[in-house]
Amino acid sequence: MSLLNLERVVKRFGGLTAVNEFSTTLEEGELCALIGPNGSGKTTIFNLITGIYEPTEGDIAFDGKAITGQRPDTIAGLGIARTFQNIRLFHGLDVLENVLVGHHLRLKAGPLAATLGLPAYVKEETEMREKGMELLESLHLGELAHEVATSLPYGQQRKLEIARALATNPKLLLLDEPAAGMNQTESRELMDFILHILDTFDLTVFLIEHQMRVVMGICPRIIVIDHGETIAEGAPQEIQNNPRVIEAYLGVGDYA
Amino acid sequence: MTLPLFFQHLANGVSLGSLYALIAIGYTMVYGILRLINFAHGDIVMIAAYFAFYGVGIFMLPWWVSFPIAIFLTAVFGIFIERMAYRPLREVPRIQLFTSAVAVSFLLENLGIVIFGGRPEAFQRPAFMDQTLTIGGAKVVTYTFVIIGVALILFAALLYVVKYTRVGVAMRALSKDIETTGLMGVNTDRIISLAFAIGSGLAAVGGILQAIKFPQINPLMGVMPGLKAFVAAVLGGIGNITGAMIGGFLLGIAEILIVAFFPTLAGYRDAFSFGILILLLLFRPTGIMGEVEPEKV
Amino acid sequence: MDMKWNRNTILTLVALVVFAGFLYYAQNHFNYYVLRIMNLCAIFTIFAVTFNLIFGYTGQFSLGHAGFAAVGAYAAALLTMSVAQKEANFFLKPILPFLANIEWHFLPSLFMAGIMAAIVALIVGGPALRLRGDYLAMATLGFGEIIRVVFVNTQRLTNGSLGLKGIPEYTTLYWSWGAALLTIFVLKRLVNSSYGRALRAVRDDEVAAEALGVRLFYHKILAFVVSSFFVGVAGGLLANLISTIDPKVFLFTLSYQIVGIAVMGGMGSLTGSTIAACLYTVFLEVLRPIESPFNIGSLRVPGVPGMRMVLFSALLLFVILFYRKGIFGGKEFTWDGLFSVVKRLGNRLRKKPPAPVAAGDEEVER
Repeated sequence: MSLLNLERVVKRFGGLTAVNEFSTTLEEGELCALIGPNGSGKTTIFNLITGIYEPTEGDIAFDGKAITGQRPDTIAGLGIARTFQNIRLFHGLDVLENVLVGHHLRLKAGPLAATLGLPAYVKEETEMREKGMELLESLHLGELAHEVATSLPYGQQRKLEIARALATNPKLLLLDEPAAGMNQTESRELMDFILHILDTFDLTVFLIEHQMRVVMGICPRIIVIDHGETIAEGAPQEIQNNPRVIEAYLGVGDYA
Repeated sequence: MTLPLFFQHLANGVSLGSLYALIAIGYTMVYGILRLINFAHGDIVMIAAYFAFYGVGIFMLPWWVSFPIAIFLTAVFGIFIERMAYRPLREVPRIQLFTSAVAVSFLLENLGIVIFGGRPEAFQRPAFMDQTLTIGGAKVVTYTFVIIGVALILFAALLYVVKYTRVGVAMRALSKDIETTGLMGVNTDRIISLAFAIGSGLAAVGGILQAIKFPQINPLMGVMPGLKAFVAAVLGGIGNITGAMIGGFLLGIAEILIVAFFPTLAGYRDAFSFGILILLLLFRPTGIMGEVEPEKV
Repeated sequence: MDMKWNRNTILTLVALVVFAGFLYYAQNHFNYYVLRIMNLCAIFTIFAVTFNLIFGYTGQFSLGHAGFAAVGAYAAALLTMSVAQKEANFFLKPILPFLANIEWHFLPSLFMAGIMAAIVALIVGGPALRLRGDYLAMATLGFGEIIRVVFVNTQRLTNGSLGLKGIPEYTTLYWSWGAALLTIFVLKRLVNSSYGRALRAVRDDEVAAEALGVRLFYHKILAFVVSSFFVGVAGGLLANLISTIDPKVFLFTLSYQIVGIAVMGGMGSLTGSTIAACLYTVFLEVLRPIESPFNIGSLRVPGVPGMRMVLFSALLLFVILFYRKGIFGGKEFTWDGLFSVVKRLGNRLRKKPPAPVAAGDEEVER
């Protein structure tokens, strides 16, 4: 059974059609990239999947359930986590606390139990902290646990945002331009990082990238969109030589 | 309810609405450009009334000298507040800017109490505004016509400025996209100061006319009208000047007519405006003429 | 967080016992005037700390505090007043029948005051908390005023603009500071829990918080209702302290003062709010003389009524513009922090070079 299914999704903002009958399916365990020139609607599609926008038309289903028009927090609870193009860490919280917010949605104890410090809550909190530290350590962020989250170098902040998303125990991880603002070396490190978490955690990863070069080497499947529509889909070799893709990118940015 | 009585109430409502509209424009202009609810705007109304009051009372100036001077001084004062309390915080999260506005409002009210005294003062109506006319059975005092007339003239003038002059275009551009407009060579600071000046000037007219209408002034006289004018601005679509005018008139007329038809609700007349605000914010926050602005993620 | 018998817990308990002893001494030896100030300190502490929960920790700017305090004050007053006092007060129109013959003890009355305020908060928060930032502030201001206007107009419930007199003076230091400490305790526990982290996430970035599964509305309402409960209790304490209620006390200007106190103490710092509230109350009293004529040497200076508020609001504006983080700027008092400060002072007095600062040594605890 496919994990994520978008069926002819349309999103219009007033007179502007940002997404135009976009359909795709993601299988469990896949690593798939969504690429396209700036303004092609990539982030809008992510926002539609995660519930920030409601589709004007079309349906989205996740893990067999329809999630069209659900709220973002509900969708997160179902197992979709994401990172943002502009890193959105919680500046008032330290590194570990950022990750712990990711655990909050699985908390069973209520605020009363938490305030009274009931044993059921204390147990959950201890577990959350342990799991949080484990997660940080497995991503080599362990020593930074008590640093102010926004004081980290850019690359570490990206990793932290991904770690935080992983803390929600997702089945599907959406990464919005994770390599933005990084040079070649950093981008490659990040991609290795992503492959590493794909191995370590039982995940499906859907990632947006603006630069083709970054995803060419590692993503077995690439979807190319422009003006909100799919213009090509397939393995990296097919995409590279596709005339429509080249035309869409012509004169804009870098391609392999 | 007889017809003449209804017209009396209607005239009352339109003149009250004019006051709200004059004040509402200030809110809407500042919000349009800075996305800030100038919490201290209502107190500007009070400042103007006192300037006018002292002009006549202490400096013995005739009202037709004192009032324009008061309006001018208030406009300058508005620029001063923007410079002192809002400009330094422009790069800061908006909620801190708002906190600053609350603090300014608080300070102005307290300064008013200290400098002007907490007791209400009687405001002298210029003689020709104090005549009671009987038109078709309805009793109307002349100031009503003055208020409505002045308001309409000023609205027309403002609409002309906003639509056809360069500064008007600049203001509209700033309210659409403040960064880009600044990059295009528009002197952002100067236009913002001008917006504050115009808004405060209009509020000053509103304040003086308010002092004439209820001939009494006190340091907290601007708070309720300020809040109601805010509701009017939201009702009309915040950021939209025509909307502010329409909203002001609608609110004034509604307030008077509701109390006229349901006199037992008179005590709740202030609460009524807030009720409208809450309904608006819940169901149609963009107001009558506003546009929806989706948040970019 | 867990009740381990470590040094900090013991220190806290000792401090509490010492404080209780001090309250006992004060209650029995200080004069009426000083006691009233100390009680007001506690009440304003509750006001400031609860505002901090809503704004400093959850990022919701509510200007409705005065309204909830009014609800609590009237509730406690109407429940604690004797039948005779009620009759004497409601001479214009008789009180509503179900209230006429009730006379409760203080504890259940205070509790009810909190509950009533919390219920009103649910009703207000439902619509209001769907708004963002400045609109929320205007809406809560509006609600606060609606509450006050309703109270002024419901003669049979609240005696309208006449207010209430002769409320039994049940508030003692034990009640007021007991309530204040309870409030601080509850808020601290909440803030340090996972829910506290969720609240701060909502404050810092709603979009990201929601994407992580945090239910925005639920958490905003949580902070709002919990705060309002204690505000209601504080309102009740106030009513039974000054034994009268004048609806004008609960004008929006009270909400401004509370905002001012919390901002000056530092948003996000319960310690800061407490200290600022006490300083505010004390200085307001200490400066009272400047509002009536006084002498400097042989110079007779005319008093300026209202000057205290001018000073306070000017100071507030100053803090907002130049000292944005407030006195405590998000830091809390901790025993470790205190010791490290003392150590550093000691080093400086002895002219020793400061020891290198390790990561855990700072005052910062969130």
